[in-house]
Amino acid sequence: MEERQIVIIGGGPAGLSAAVAAKNAGADDILIIERDERLGGILNQCIHNGFGLHTFKEELTGPEYAKRYINQVIDFGIDYLLNTMVVDIDDKRQVTYMNREEGLVTIKADAVILAMGCRERPRGALNIPGYRPAGIYTAGTAQRLVNMEGYMPGRKVVILGSGDIGLIMARRMTLEGAEVKVVAEIMPFSGGLKRNIVQCLDDFDIPLKLNHTVVDIRGRERVEGVTIAEVDENRKPIPGTEEDYDCDTLLLSVGLIPENELSEKIGVPLDPVTHGPIVNETFETKVSGVFACGNVLHVHDLVDFVSEEAAKAGENAVAFVKANYYEPNRQQIDILAGEGVGYTVPQTIAQNIDEPLKVRFRVRGIYQGKAVSVYFDNERIQHKKKRIIAPGQMEEVLIKPEELNAHASIKQIKVVIEDA
Amino acid sequence: MKEEKTITCIGCPMGCQVTAVLEDGKVTEVTGNTCAIGDRYARKEVICPMRVVTSTVRVKGGNLPVVSVKTNGDIPKKQIAECMRQIRDIELTAPIVAGDVIVKHIVGTDTNVIATKDIQAV
Ligand SMILES: Cc1cc2nc3c(=O)[nH]c(=O)nc-3n(C[C@H](O)[C@H](O)[C@H](O)COP(=O)(O)OP(=O)(O)OC[C@H]3O[C@@H](n4cnc5c(N)ncnc54)[C@H](O)[C@@H]3O)c2cc1C
Ligand code: SF4
Repeated sequence: MEERQIVIIGGGPAGLSAAVAAKNAGADDILIIERDERLGGILNQCIHNGFGLHTFKEELTGPEYAKRYINQVIDFGIDYLLNTMVVDIDDKRQVTYMNREEGLVTIKADAVILAMGCRERPRGALNIPGYRPAGIYTAGTAQRLVNMEGYMPGRKVVILGSGDIGLIMARRMTLEGAEVKVVAEIMPFSGGLKRNIVQCLDDFDIPLKLNHTVVDIRGRERVEGVTIAEVDENRKPIPGTEEDYDCDTLLLSVGLIPENELSEKIGVPLDPVTHGPIVNETFETKVSGVFACGNVLHVHDLVDFVSEEAAKAGENAVAFVKANYYEPNRQQIDILAGEGVGYTVPQTIAQNIDEPLKVRFRVRGIYQGKAVSVYFDNERIQHKKKRIIAPGQMEEVLIKPEELNAHASIKQIKVVIEDA
Repeated sequence: MKEEKTITCIGCPMGCQVTAVLEDGKVTEVTGNTCAIGDRYARKEVICPMRVVTSTVRVKGGNLPVVSVKTNGDIPKKQIAECMRQIRDIELTAPIVAGDVIVKHIVGTDTNVIATKDIQAV
């Protein structure tokens, strides 16, 4: 069986950044496996700008951002396979992939980095009654059709969900001549960036209806219209508030879930909130030598954070390969999501740290004038007032090495939202 | 002449409704903002909102039928539709390299429309 030092599954921004960082950290045998016909992942279809402000201090489009990393991968001579799908991994880090030239191949890796990204919640996950006519797409599928295939899925559009992809597609379809009638959002707030609400909806006078959802879809062969209704605080439609819209297309932008069929095959435990693997401060999953980063770990809205996190995963994978394993040198600490916090990544700390550790998290609702606090067991270590915190934006706290060293025997760290 | 314009600040998730008072086309007062970013944003946005436009242009003989493009700087928001009209009928021939200039001085600005992705000839 062929043996490789580091095998990276997925050639999106996470996989690319992990590969470049691993190379810089001294790995010389790296293989990226990508199922698509090109590297770059989802960025190939995200042709809008707004990528890379943190990393490159300029606003790039998705393809331009990807190219910066692809160029490095090529310059470094890092190996990659395209049109190749990983179908299985086991807990001994044997990776089985499949492609047209080689068929089914199993290789052994000293370390594996999971970077498979995420996929959109499909329509089945929604509770919309009615037939299944043509003309219903996830926003990401529509994005791929318009931006990569040059195909317009429809002319009169209603969008359900106000996540960033839906907002971006509202503008994109409008620019291509479609009429976007309304964006309906079941929550009382949009999960999308303010910038996207202003520049994708307000700029084109597209109405955003909060607390609204689609309750009916008309049309047998093709969508002919949808009915939207207001919802109450339990997200149940309020009778009498229905409004009909004629349209030939319904786009769904109702959330993303990490792509974790493979992780489940290895037996990596997943976090019930992120739907991604549980990882420690090195981005190692509960299976030794298997790391995770990018959207497969938790859904990111900023690609810069993906690249940063993935670079750490890449470096840590190299450290793992060099040491062959990590000797736990402290008692494991669990990082918990307390009051108001949905999840944290990482979820555990396995080693003493020698540089500040970023703990990323998302909150459950919109909080104004509250504080983010960090507790070591029952002792409050950090307390910082925030003007506003919203679920759409990933937040972070920094755990400093000296804080941890001063509390050698703690068992848990908790991040909470509380009164300032 | 005195008029008021209210816009949503995009500086952070607060999304303050910021109102700018315009007198003879000049901003004389900004209210509703919580911090300085909102003040700065409103002063620019109410006078001449600018946007980067991103879209696609058709390509013959390439590994994809369209290439993604962008204006390599801001253009006035009110010229977005005109910009789209000007690039709609263009058809390019592969290969194309990211950075290639597709249209010079789009809508009379000193901004160019450039390719943002490589397209290989097939
Ligand atoms: C539609 C959309 C719009 C966005 N807009 C913005 C924005 O404006 N600004 C911003 O900063 N960020 C934006 N983001 C976020 C950012 O682009 C993503 O967070 C980032 O692309 C995630 O990178 P990734 O490498 O984890 O995943 P991906 O880019 O999804 O890459 C994963 C790769 O893994 C491959 N893969 C999956 N399974 C397998 C397998 N079994 N075998 C082989 N290969 C496999 C896939 O083909 C894919 O290429 C957006 C995200 C989406 C989805
Ligand atoms: S004015 Fe300041 S606080 Fe208000 S939205 Fe803009 S940046 Fe945020």
